[in-house]
This record gives sequence, C-alpha cells and structure tokens, in this order.
Amino acid sequence: MIVVDLRDLGLDRGGHLLVKRALGRSAAGDAVAVRGSAPGLAVDLKAWCRSQGHEVEADDGGWKVRRSATADGRWRRAEATGDPSAVVDDAPAHWGLAARGATVEAGAPAFDFPLHTRDAIWADEAAALYAQAAAAQWDPATAIPWQTPIDLPDEVEDAIVQILTYLIENETAALVVPARFAAQVHPHFREVMQLLAIQAADEARHIEVFTRRALLRRSRLALSTVGGQASLKTLVDEADFALASFLLSVLGEGSFLNLLRFLHEHAPDPVTQAVMRLTAQDEARHVAFGIAHLTRHVEADPGFLTRLASAVERRHDALAETAGLNEEVFDALVLLAAGAWQPEAIERGWDAVQTLQRAMEDGRRQRLVRIGFAADAAAALSALHTRNFM
Amino acid sequence: MSEALVMGAVAYDPKVVTIWDGFQRWFAEHDFAFDYVLYSNYERLVEAHFHGDVDLAWNSPLAWLQAERIADRAGRRAEAIAMRNTDCDLTSVIVARSDSGIESAADLRGKTVAVGAADSPQGTLIPLGHLAEAGLEPDSDFTVRRFDVLLGKHGDHVGGERDAAKALVRGEVDAACMIDFNHYFFGKEGTLPSGSTRILAQTGEYDHCNFTVLDDAPADSIQRFRELLLSMSYDDPQVRPLLDLEGLKQWEPGRTEKYALLAQAIDRFGTIDEFVARVAESAK
Repeated sequence: MIVVDLRDLGLDRGGHLLVKRALGRSAAGDAVAVRGSAPGLAVDLKAWCRSQGHEVEADDGGWKVRRSATADGRWRRAEATGDPSAVVDDAPAHWGLAARGATVEAGAPAFDFPLHTRDAIWADEAAALYAQAAAAQWDPATAIPWQTPIDLPDEVEDAIVQILTYLIENETAALVVPARFAAQVHPHFREVMQLLAIQAADEARHIEVFTRRALLRRSRLALSTVGGQASLKTLVDEADFALASFLLSVLGEGSFLNLLRFLHEHAPDPVTQAVMRLTAQDEARHVAFGIAHLTRHVEADPGFLTRLASAVERRHDALAETAGLNEEVFDALVLLAAGAWQPEAIERGWDAVQTLQRAMEDGRRQRLVRIGFAADAAAALSALHTRNFM
Repeated sequence: MSEALVMGAVAYDPKVVTIWDGFQRWFAEHDFAFDYVLYSNYERLVEAHFHGDVDLAWNSPLAWLQAERIADRAGRRAEAIAMRNTDCDLTSVIVARSDSGIESAADLRGKTVAVGAADSPQGTLIPLGHLAEAGLEPDSDFTVRRFDVLLGKHGDHVGGERDAAKALVRGEVDAACMIDFNHYFFGKEGTLPSGSTRILAQTGEYDHCNFTVLDDAPADSIQRFRELLLSMSYDDPQVRPLLDLEGLKQWEPGRTEKYALLAQAIDRFGTIDEFVARVAESAK
C-alpha cells in the first residue's frame, strides 16, 4: 500500500495534490494510507474524498483512502485529436478549439467551423509560409524613413495621395476577407488559420503605412468611387472560401503585386518607395498561399476548375455595368511614371502604365496555368478580371 | 404530458433549470416520461407534495423531516428513495481565527457566532444544536449572528455560509459555522486564508438531500425512475456535466437514519413545528 505522509501540510495548502498523485498510481478499489498532522486535515480530507467519490476511513492514527472507480470516468471515453504533426481529412466539430494532438473529454460541445475538410483548405506549404510571414514582420515605425523630408510638386503629391487612398480601400477588403475565413477554419488546420490571421495582420499594417504616408503632406485623403467599391464588394460578399481566395489572392493580390512593384519603381520619394517595397513582399506570400491550396484543391477535384471559372464570369457580369478603375487613379499612375508634365514625359508614363497592365495580364495567366487551367482558358479568364485590378 | 412522472424541486440557483432539463432529456432517451416543477422555497414544495401537485420531491434534509412529520400526523407515509453519494455522512464545523485565543467550543460563551441562513441544516441548525448539546444555548450563552441569504432555500445557496466565514475573517464575529466541504472549499477559493482559522468543533455525521415520495405515488413509475437514476454513470458524457452541476459522482439508494442530528436540533429549537401542524391539518 502506498503511504503518503503530508507531515504538517494541510489540504488548505495544496495537500490534495500528494493524495491525488498517490491515488493516481493505484488501481480502483486500492487503498492509499494518508498520514499528517495539519490542523483540520481530518475534516478537509474527508470532505475532499467525498466530493471526488473516494472512500475514506480512519486507520492507525491516519486515514485509508480507497480510490473510486468513478475517478477515471471523465477520461474513459476521451478522444485524441489526431497527430500533432499531421492533419486528418475531416476534423470533427466536437474537437472544437482543442490543440491538434490533445485529448478531449467526451461530450464536448460541437463548434460550427464550416471549413473543416483537408481538401477545402489545406496546403502543405501553409506552415512554411506562416513561418516566413512571422519572420518577415516589419515594424512600420522603424522600417520606413518617415523623417526624410519630402518636397514634391503639389500635383505629384496629390497623385500619390489618390493612389494611396485607392490602395487603402483595396487592402481593407484584403483584411476583411481572410479575417472572416480565419474564424471559419477548423482549428485542427491551425497553420491555415495562423496564416490567414497573419495575412490579416499584414493588411492592417499596410493600411497603417499607406494612411501615414498619405497624411504626411496632406490633411485629407482623396477620392473613392462607386466602381471601385462595387468591385471590392463582390470580393467581400463571396461566401465560399476557395472562390474568395481565388478571386482575392490569385487574381486580385497577384495583380496588386505588379502594381506595388510599379509604384516602388516609380516612387518619387524614399518614404513611398520603402512603403511599396515592404508591402509587396507581404503580398507575394499571400499570393503563394492562394496558389498552393487551390492547386491542391484542383488536384483533388479537377471539376473545381469549372467553379473557379464561373466565379470569374459571375464577377465580371456583376461588374459589367460599373466603371472599373477610378479614372483619377489611372491618371495618377501615368503622372507618377511620367514624373513631369512635358508631353514626352506623359507619353512615357502612359507607356509604363500600359506595360504594367500587360504585366498584370501575363501574371494572371501564368498563375491560372499554375493552378491547372489550360493556356487558352487562362487567357480568356484573365481578360475577364476586374478592371479595378484587385 | 399527463402520464409523465412529475418531480418538484426548489430553484435555489439558475443552474437548477439546466440540471433538470438535462435529466429530463436523458430520461426521455431512456423512454421514461419525466417532468419537473420548480418552487421558490421548500415549504411551498412540501405543501404542494401533500396536495398531490407533484409525484416526488427533491427535498432538503429539513424538507424531508417536514414531509416525514406531516405524513406521521396525517396518517400518511413518506419514503426517501435515493440520494447523492455526496449527501451521505456529512459534518459541520465551527471555526475561529487562529489568533483569537479561542481554543475550544467552551470558549464561545459570551461571544458571537456567525451562522448561515436560519433554515440551513448544515450552516445553522446542526452546529447550533451541537453547541446546545455541549451546554451552550444559542442567543443566551452566546450571540448568534445570522446571515440569511435566500430564506426558504434551507441553506442550499452557499452564500450565507460564505458571508459568515467572511465576517469571521474581518473580525466581526468570533466564530463561524459551515459544512465540512465548505471549510475545504473556502480555503481553496481564498475566503479563509490558509492557516488563519482553527476548527473548534465538528458535529456528528448527518445526511443531506433525498428524493421523497409519499404513499400515494405511482409505484411503477417511481420504481422505474429510481432504477434509471441509480444506473446513471459518471462515465456517460451526456450526464457527467449534469452530475458535476448537481455535485455528485453516483446516485445511491435513500436512507433516513442519519437525519437524527437534524431532528434533534429542530426539536430543541422548534424550527418546523408550526409549519408541520398547519400542513398536516390540511393533508388529512
């Protein structure tokens, strides 16, 4: 028989841990001898045993505690939530918020996580992309040379503020969409959940630096159009994770990547240049995850390509009556690339924006092919992408 | 619904609804029609039981004695059919501050003792009965300070005992009475800082709640109810949360011999005489 000598430790100071440990090492029905001299021990030991279902009797100046069979009841039908290093095909609702590889008590409440299947959301790259994202987080306060004096012609500064105003509303959509889906992913697929969360955090930072740059020399932001917001609303309203991810990350952020690189190249001041460089880095990761999990999805279900294609067509139809890219944004891009008002400079700027649009188009086609579309289908779909870029 | 076995219980806490709704679902899944009615106090429940409004009652120990005595007087018979494992062999303790110089119950003469609700068996009646048996008559040999939280609930609400314990720690009273588990629990939650108090006396053992039936209860239904109740297992994830809420690991067959201490105390204090006489008259 195991003997526990509590000496002068009472149950009012944690003595039950020693009793519990000894009972844990004995079989149901077996007795543990408890000794101790703490005042009140007799009262507390008996009360504690009763609450736990254990029997207790006085014995030889101490007590004999007999382990109850109900003591194990809570864990008898418990279930392991898979292997910490591998995901299951379909994560059960009653695993809830438990860590992957934990043991959950039977009878836990079922959580409603609509994205619970491996095929719908998983990408083997998620963990690596998350690690990269975590390592590549930058501090807006120190990563950007905010103190550098900026003295641009008024119209160039206005063009920058207009472009930033446009970028902010686009990045807000890019925050809202993954944030909403992060809350729908079954936590069993934690790498995907983490990746979406850090993606939302990236966008939060982008919104911050775009706003801060815009307000460096101006007290207000610029224009937001019906066409631009209508285009983004179709993204925000897309309820299907895979389709939203396709439209946002693969097509939208993919095009944005070209845009941010263009702005980096033509930035008229070091602050804008740093802002565009850092945000483009982050966007590249978002695009990589979208491509990775959609490629996996299509491999598992080739018929999925048809759904992706019709999502693009639907969005195109929904936006057919809208103006597309804000004219002020387009003109601002031309002016930025021109850098001056001489007709030959404007022509240079115009050409640069044409080149940008072709690069966006090429990039979209390549990404569509990566996911599994045939070249001609990729070209046709790319042409239907929103004129608002995102 | 008319064929359902109807149990009466007291709503001493909102969780009571969760508990009995849960048990009702569990009984239904075992093809047993069960329903319940909640009363705001035990006197109302006991009276309703004798009027035939319910088939059985989840009674406090004091309500059990009320039912047993009313049945006696009215020529009826009351029976305790089941109870919780945690209802058996309880004790109460009388506690003083360790630095107070009060070493034993006898030192309480002329002092102030805090108790729970006036109708609480564990927090008031049994410990005061214990002191009276030891020669210390409440309200004459010492002052009683009552913490009447939710009277009519027979001390089911832990608040009265906790308030008494807090008054002890604050130095407003010289001793406080509580059930043995609350002595452990108040230490764990920090109400009684460890080492700050000393147990002056411990009462003898007594039992707590039981399911009470009267002689006109539907025998077959009661038997089935009792069988199902005793078959509930802590291993079953569906009932385990309900058992946790109700504070038990296992239902046990009822027994009545350990209500003697409470009976002795209420005889001494005349706690329920008037109520028993009145209800017995109408129950005849």
